[in-house]
Amino acid sequence: MKFKKIKKIFLIILALIILPNSKVFADSKLFISKLTSEASKVLASNESKEQKMEKLINLAEKNVDIDGIGRYTLGKYRKTLNEDQIKEYENLFRKYFLKSFSSRLSEYTDPKINVISEEVINSKYTIVFSVLEADEKRPEIKIDWRVYTVNPEKPLVRDLIIEGLSLARTQREEFNSIIQNGEGDIKVLFLNLRNFISG
Amino acid sequence: MGIFNIKSTKYRFTFVKDTIKNSSMYRIFIIFIFSLFVSTSSIAGSDGQNELSKNSNGEVKDCFETINRGVFAFNQVLDNVIVEPLAKGYRYLPSPLRTGTSNALNNLSLVVTIPNNLLQGEIGLAGKNTGRFIVNSTIGILGFFDPASKIGLNDYEKEDWGQTLGTWGVGEGCYIVLPILGPSTVRDTIGSLANYMGGDAWYNITVRNDTRYVSDFDYYASVGTNGIDFRAKNIESFDNLEKNSLDFYASVKSLYLQDRRKKIANSDDITETMNDSDWDEIETQ
Repeated sequence: MKFKKIKKIFLIILALIILPNSKVFADSKLFISKLTSEASKVLASNESKEQKMEKLINLAEKNVDIDGIGRYTLGKYRKTLNEDQIKEYENLFRKYFLKSFSSRLSEYTDPKINVISEEVINSKYTIVFSVLEADEKRPEIKIDWRVYTVNPEKPLVRDLIIEGLSLARTQREEFNSIIQNGEGDIKVLFLNLRNFISG
Repeated sequence: MGIFNIKSTKYRFTFVKDTIKNSSMYRIFIIFIFSLFVSTSSIAGSDGQNELSKNSNGEVKDCFETINRGVFAFNQVLDNVIVEPLAKGYRYLPSPLRTGTSNALNNLSLVVTIPNNLLQGEIGLAGKNTGRFIVNSTIGILGFFDPASKIGLNDYEKEDWGQTLGTWGVGEGCYIVLPILGPSTVRDTIGSLANYMGGDAWYNITVRNDTRYVSDFDYYASVGTNGIDFRAKNIESFDNLEKNSLDFYASVKSLYLQDRRKKIANSDDITETMNDSDWDEIETQ
């Protein structure tokens, strides 16, 4: 009798430990499933390229942590910026990111992404694993999503890892190379970002 | 006299074969010793950035950046004028023919992968890949078809000498861009030299020891086709990357180095190949 009671209490405690985590699991996977399905709908629609890009930009603004990615992308140079430079950078990076993001995605006409599983890294991050189905032109591609889960009600994408290669990391190394070749002057990066935005 | 001649020829043949075998092994040994020196000196003379282990996220120095950017620009011209048009043309071939070519090239790469599996201590994988090679080379008609995947010998991952050096803890050394061949590191370049010094059985039977059935042409044709096949599979990705990069050279460098680290870690598990502290830093700002 006593043993049964202890067993019951143990099971309740175990459930209390597991359930909150499984909620994070489910949310991240569902979040990416919804996001990819919405993006696929936009890309498969008969709307003009401009309309599609506008909708993709809206999706990105709601679901991607652009400011977080911007901070990560600056790397070691982040601490050298003053308040005005940070504001200017955030503004330029947002425009750059949205243009680059929508341009990259608009190349796909009807992408079929299957969300497979997820892995909770820690309380802040969950990686969601998915696969972009093969088509006539290219083989199957693995896409992993780094989801920022500090606010479980509003998860945000922080990185896309394509076949094991992180886009955020690639961008960070690219920006660092530009600043380094400009002898550490952040203005060189700003100039490059402005040229890209207006180009 | 006749018997003596046969014996002498036989002896000569065995002697030559052994000499080649021994000299090949000797050269590979020399390469590994040399690479250890390169690795040690790069670590000794570095500021800590060059020391790379299996899962390290340290930066690789671009010691020859000006030359590298020049070679990269040259390679881009070559790509625009020759490789990309050929890759686009290759795409017009019927899909089964492209798949078959890709299969055959993958099958050929097994002669480099298998010894590297062994050197990395992956005995089971070496056995699996040997089975794959035997099945596909025979039933699969010289690797054109892939029946091995249907009997459980699937999920093939290529391995090379550079990866083996990486698995043994040899640092990448400086980043370099090779004419035609593209991005590499000192370690990976030294690793690929092993192919030309006896470490690639396909090279040995085509270029080093020209036989009646295969020649130099077959080797260079396979290498060329491999490049075109890879490029054809990545036309959109490359164009997209170039179009959306502020510094295309830096993007390609980053992608190459990330890819090599992932391959050396022999893992698809992203949590092993990425350092979360990179992300944690931005929370503390």
